[in-house]
Amino acid sequence: MKRNLTRLAGAGALEALRADLARRRDPRRLRVRICMTGCRAQGAEEVLKAFEAEIARRGLGERVDLLATGCHGFCAQAPVLVVDPHDFFYGKVTPADVSEIVESSLLADRPVERLLYTDPASGVKVQKAAEVPFYKEQVKIVLRNCGLIDPRDIRQYIERDGYAAAAKALTSLSPEQVIEQVSLAGLRGRGGAGFPTGRKWSLARASQSAVKYLVCNADEGDPGAFMDRAVLEGDPHSVLEGMILAAYAIGATEGVVYVRAEYPIAVEHLKIAIADAQALGLLGSDILGTGFCFNIKIRKGSGAFVCGEETALMASIEGRRGMPRPRPPFPAQSGIWGRPTCINNVETLANIPPILLKGGAWYSGIGTEKSKGTKVFALAGKVNNTGLVEVPMGIPLRKVVFDIGGGIPEGLAFKAVQTGGPSGGCIPRAFLDQPVDYESLAAVGSIMGSGGMIVADERTCVVDFSRFFLEFIQEESCGKCVPCRIGTKRMLEILEDICAGRGRAEDLDTLQELASAIKDTALCGLGQTAPNPVLTTMKYFGEEYRAHIAEGKCPALVCKSLIRYDILADKCTGCMACLKACPADAVTGEKKKVHEIHQDKCIKCGACHAACRFDAITIT
Amino acid sequence: MSPKPDAVDIGPILARYPCEEGQASLMGLLQDIQEEHGYLPVQALERVSAHLKVPIANIHGVVSFYAQFSLVPRGMHIIKMCMGTACHIRGGQGVLEEIRSVLAIRDRETTADRLFTLEVVRCLGTCFLAPVIMIDEKYYGSLTPAKVRKILAGYRDGK
Repeated sequence: MKRNLTRLAGAGALEALRADLARRRDPRRLRVRICMTGCRAQGAEEVLKAFEAEIARRGLGERVDLLATGCHGFCAQAPVLVVDPHDFFYGKVTPADVSEIVESSLLADRPVERLLYTDPASGVKVQKAAEVPFYKEQVKIVLRNCGLIDPRDIRQYIERDGYAAAAKALTSLSPEQVIEQVSLAGLRGRGGAGFPTGRKWSLARASQSAVKYLVCNADEGDPGAFMDRAVLEGDPHSVLEGMILAAYAIGATEGVVYVRAEYPIAVEHLKIAIADAQALGLLGSDILGTGFCFNIKIRKGSGAFVCGEETALMASIEGRRGMPRPRPPFPAQSGIWGRPTCINNVETLANIPPILLKGGAWYSGIGTEKSKGTKVFALAGKVNNTGLVEVPMGIPLRKVVFDIGGGIPEGLAFKAVQTGGPSGGCIPRAFLDQPVDYESLAAVGSIMGSGGMIVADERTCVVDFSRFFLEFIQEESCGKCVPCRIGTKRMLEILEDICAGRGRAEDLDTLQELASAIKDTALCGLGQTAPNPVLTTMKYFGEEYRAHIAEGKCPALVCKSLIRYDILADKCTGCMACLKACPADAVTGEKKKVHEIHQDKCIKCGACHAACRFDAITIT
Repeated sequence: MSPKPDAVDIGPILARYPCEEGQASLMGLLQDIQEEHGYLPVQALERVSAHLKVPIANIHGVVSFYAQFSLVPRGMHIIKMCMGTACHIRGGQGVLEEIRSVLAIRDRETTADRLFTLEVVRCLGTCFLAPVIMIDEKYYGSLTPAKVRKILAGYRDGK
């Protein structure tokens, strides 16, 4: 990446740079935007290389821009790319497709039909990205630049109004006025708890101290949530600009991004972004000639889920075991090294620049009465269109799962959706028309959380699902307080028993009792919310628990101790496929004769079921 | 990344972290050592303790708290098996069991030939690939027990 960045003397110089960049932008120019973050896992780098080679071979370098962008959101179609100015959307692209894309779309302005997205509902091929049903209902504020710009090029961010909000605030707004706009916007913390951001900033502003810290919580540990990763990778400057604004508002001079070590691309892009922002005088001392100083450092996490909790996160930044402590004192009074500290989540911070630029009133016009703006959800699990979705608060759950998410694969039935990860709840079909906002989710026993949305189909066992979350909590519990350390262990043991067919009638009452004690007495949010998956599944799927306990049956056919595999004599052709696939030698039989599964040897791995081409193996 | 004998030279890493910063530098230092040497040799931790003037017991407390730190040498290839929610409901457990049985190791163990270390992690943030594993820097998605067996065999054959 070319870097001849000279320090901007002031807001005027930034504006001049933006005007210059905009003037040079030709809207008709050919451009290929390839996701080079999440899609790397599906071979996007090879596709990019193929484009480079093909463009060089045909001598098109002067006419075509090849952009390595962040996440486009539609991860199920990875690797994805868009050809501008036509807005042709291609998914599941391989290097072998590249020469045809260049030939048709770049040289002849025609789409490559076979690579276009097919709407499964209508069977119609969709040409333009904007018309793909997955994108139609979305409103992009946080993800406004993801997939559109090269995150390693600060100029592309600047061209799209980047750092204009920071310039505006630093030159024409007081810190109090910045807080006022954020309060007016009604923005609430996107990390999970939903605390009003404006109020958090007021508290930190009110603390008197020569040194204050502003921390960006990028320790996205909720299994199934990946929006913070996408923002950091695809648009790191929006987070940095949000941090500058937050720091100005509360009076902080030191910033820290605490980022998960499992996100190497995010760390790499953050490093580049910080260096470039420093070079342009947008970070460091005397930012844009206004006298305001703010530095940002990166701290990498080391794999502890509890470090998403703010007091644990601060302990980790101080180089200690990441264990929470009781509050008060709140971080706004006494945080890192005893100094006032304000901690905001990645998505929260990425919302700040547009709010300052367009005004709090604009933002509060989106969403519901108490939940303003948009929310990014990571849609995953048993859903067709896995990916990142940004929608206005208050959108019905059904719209997210079915219209945007494309429903359940293999024609199976929807069972539930889990929001908020291990701290959240399982929402059944009956609530599909509920709006998605902080209050409505809480009303059904779940939480917004960081925005993970895992869809479960009829083949998901909710008892096993709850067991999974408690196993997670047990592993991640820091061990400091008894309710979480031992209480969740007892709950896990009970659930393991139920899944193994050893459930007892009184188990459900014991689970209830433990759950309410843990909710009331655990030290931090991790423990207090840990019983939520169990409580909601017991409430909405009680009959499934009872089937496990009373009848020794797992209705979803998941719990191994409660199911058996058998061969249907009338369908078995004696092909020996299952016999060969069985790792436990539990299948016997001769060629062209009906096989048999020996239950004493069967380990219930399902290999025979997967291998059978004649539907001759049943699970009961 | 390949494991080296215990006598590792961490001098250049220590030089990057001023001793005055004390415990504040600890995490970064440990991360750098592990990245360069593959694990945290005890001798190195003793040097860290002397350099930062942080008691060794304190350092051990930190090392044992965070899942990413390892006190023993790890294999040539690190297999990160995702057991996030999406991977769980899409059959991650079966894939994990297959890896365990093929390699005959459990979580955080290394094969006798030092070729593989298995690390069960909670969500790699690539839920669209579920169930997914990462071997070193490469992702393998939409796995089944049969697919993962083939992938491991490929590494064994030096592919």
